[in-house]
Amino acid sequence: MKKILSKTESLKATPHLYCPGCGHGIIHRLVAESIDELGLREKTIGIAPVGCAVFAYDYFNFDVSEAPHGRPPAVATGIKRVRPDKIVFTYQGDGDLAAIGTAETIHAANRGENITVIFVNNANYGMTGGQMAPTTLIGQKTATSPYGRDPKREGYPMKVCELLSSLEGVAYLERVSVSNPKNIISAKRAIKKAFQNQVDGKGFSLVEVLSQCPVDWGMTPQNSIKWVEDVFVKAFPLGVYKDKK
Amino acid sequence: MSKIEIITEKCKGCGLCIIVCPKKSIQLSKNFNKAGYHPAVFVEGADCTACGLCFQVCPDVCIEVYKDK
Amino acid sequence: MKKTLMKGNIALCEGAIAAGCKAYFGYPITPQNEVPAHMSKRMPELGLVFLQAESEVAAINMVLGASATGVRVMTSSSSPGVSLKQEGISYLVGCELPAVIVNVQRGGPGLGNISGSQADYFQATKGGGHGDYRMIVLAPSSVQDMYDHTMLAFDLADKYRTPVMLLADGVVGQMMEPLMLNKYIPAATGDRSWVLDGARGREPRSVKSLLMAEGALERHNLELRKKFDLIEANETRIETKNTDDAEIIIVAFGISARVAYSTMRALRAAGKKIGVARPVTLWPFPQKTISELAKPGRKFLVAEMNMGQMVEDVRLAVNGKCPVEFYGRPGGGLVNQEEMIERINKM
Repeated sequence: MKKILSKTESLKATPHLYCPGCGHGIIHRLVAESIDELGLREKTIGIAPVGCAVFAYDYFNFDVSEAPHGRPPAVATGIKRVRPDKIVFTYQGDGDLAAIGTAETIHAANRGENITVIFVNNANYGMTGGQMAPTTLIGQKTATSPYGRDPKREGYPMKVCELLSSLEGVAYLERVSVSNPKNIISAKRAIKKAFQNQVDGKGFSLVEVLSQCPVDWGMTPQNSIKWVEDVFVKAFPLGVYKDKK
Repeated sequence: MSKIEIITEKCKGCGLCIIVCPKKSIQLSKNFNKAGYHPAVFVEGADCTACGLCFQVCPDVCIEVYKDK
Repeated sequence: MKKTLMKGNIALCEGAIAAGCKAYFGYPITPQNEVPAHMSKRMPELGLVFLQAESEVAAINMVLGASATGVRVMTSSSSPGVSLKQEGISYLVGCELPAVIVNVQRGGPGLGNISGSQADYFQATKGGGHGDYRMIVLAPSSVQDMYDHTMLAFDLADKYRTPVMLLADGVVGQMMEPLMLNKYIPAATGDRSWVLDGARGREPRSVKSLLMAEGALERHNLELRKKFDLIEANETRIETKNTDDAEIIIVAFGISARVAYSTMRALRAAGKKIGVARPVTLWPFPQKTISELAKPGRKFLVAEMNMGQMVEDVRLAVNGKCPVEFYGRPGGGLVNQEEMIERINKM
């Protein structure tokens, strides 16, 4: 009997502190497998955000730096500019990347920084207890939008791939989800491509991953993946938003 | 016969593997693990094609898939 | 050794380059615009990194990233911009990362004005960011200092793995003076086992300040305190002149110290016993020297371009042993010899 599937080298054996059913663990695996398949582990430097993935350095088996909330693209820029031989990626949530760190995101993208960005969009602030995020859906109830997000009051869900697609410096943008095996395999392909792009010096690559957050959504894991497929993807259509040749 | 092994101490009993298993060979244990979850367990001797769908969806990377040659 | 005429802001750039600065990240703000402009020309020329960031916030975090890979890196700004960097500075201290941060101070609060000022003494020395920390602060008072102190700042930052601030001001930054291009003597390289350069043949490393385990953050703070104690013991710097027989000692830093010296010379010529004490490090503050200078019958005048900031540290050091008076010019006003003499004559 041959072991065909198991934890890859770039993941530590440390159990995740994520909630049951949370998409982060799947996305961590996809990142780690992509890095290992491309043989990049020993030259990778990851940037952990402030948010649920703040402990990423406990889970990834390569060098990781902390960054203040929203600043991973700036920290990544600093690393990549002085060590262009390293593979540098940020792992950020929707609050980190699309609220407090909007300026850093847009400018790193616009400069065409040769980095990889893994953007986990779960439509709320997970770590702090499910508050409204820039990506919260219209009508979605959260800890700080108890009556449902009202565009008159809180504006509209921010579509990061669409927003960044107009910037010349951006090489690759794709929105994927991890709601079922097919989508997960597709997400893996996108993430691996975003790292390959960096190896090839293509510039800024971002993969937006729609991820389930069952506990903060007040759903069972089963219902949370159903919500991703029935509701979430309607507001945030999956697909390639930019792929510079 | 192919099979899976579940690192039950890392499992949080989310049950995503149970939904995707085409052979319905995974169930939640009646016992608790140290973290206080009912972990998923492979039904001893159950059918397994080593399709790996459970591995794909497992957020805790606690499933290992073995394929019979 | 080469002697040349140079502007303070340019001297600090050349000092940084001489000290092996590998990357500069900054954002334009007056009165330090010569720094990014000069660096944008010089760094690429030398195959080094210059990047104009989208904000001071981004710049300090680029510094954090570059520093984590173990290279010498700096940023510069002026008061409002340095306020924006405070979060990053707190992280640098927490993560124990070396960096050089230059503040060419301007008038405040708020947008203030673009005149020279010393109003950021509190912010620099009392921990402008959050958390319980200290930061080495050097106070240059000449173009020569701008050059030499920048080299020193890089050495101290590396030695103690902590950010060091060069607290200059618009006057020192903008003035031109003769400068000796002193040769940089590389300091010994310390422990490098924290550097992020890829986990090749070793365990992965992380740079972080988040310590959630029971008691971990308290232990980290106690370790940091040990380091700060060591810095206080080894790196406190002060310049004193004519203090032995002085009846009045003027305490001043940076550009104000220049005025203090000229006032001292003028009054000495007129037979008055005046001395000067010029803290070179504002943190660690030369508490011990000031305390020893506080002898009965003596008076202190603290002169600053603010409404009274360092004077609080002087009073703590003097501890009631002598009268401590204050002469200050806030909001970009310049301390001058005439007013200083007038002030002393009233003491």
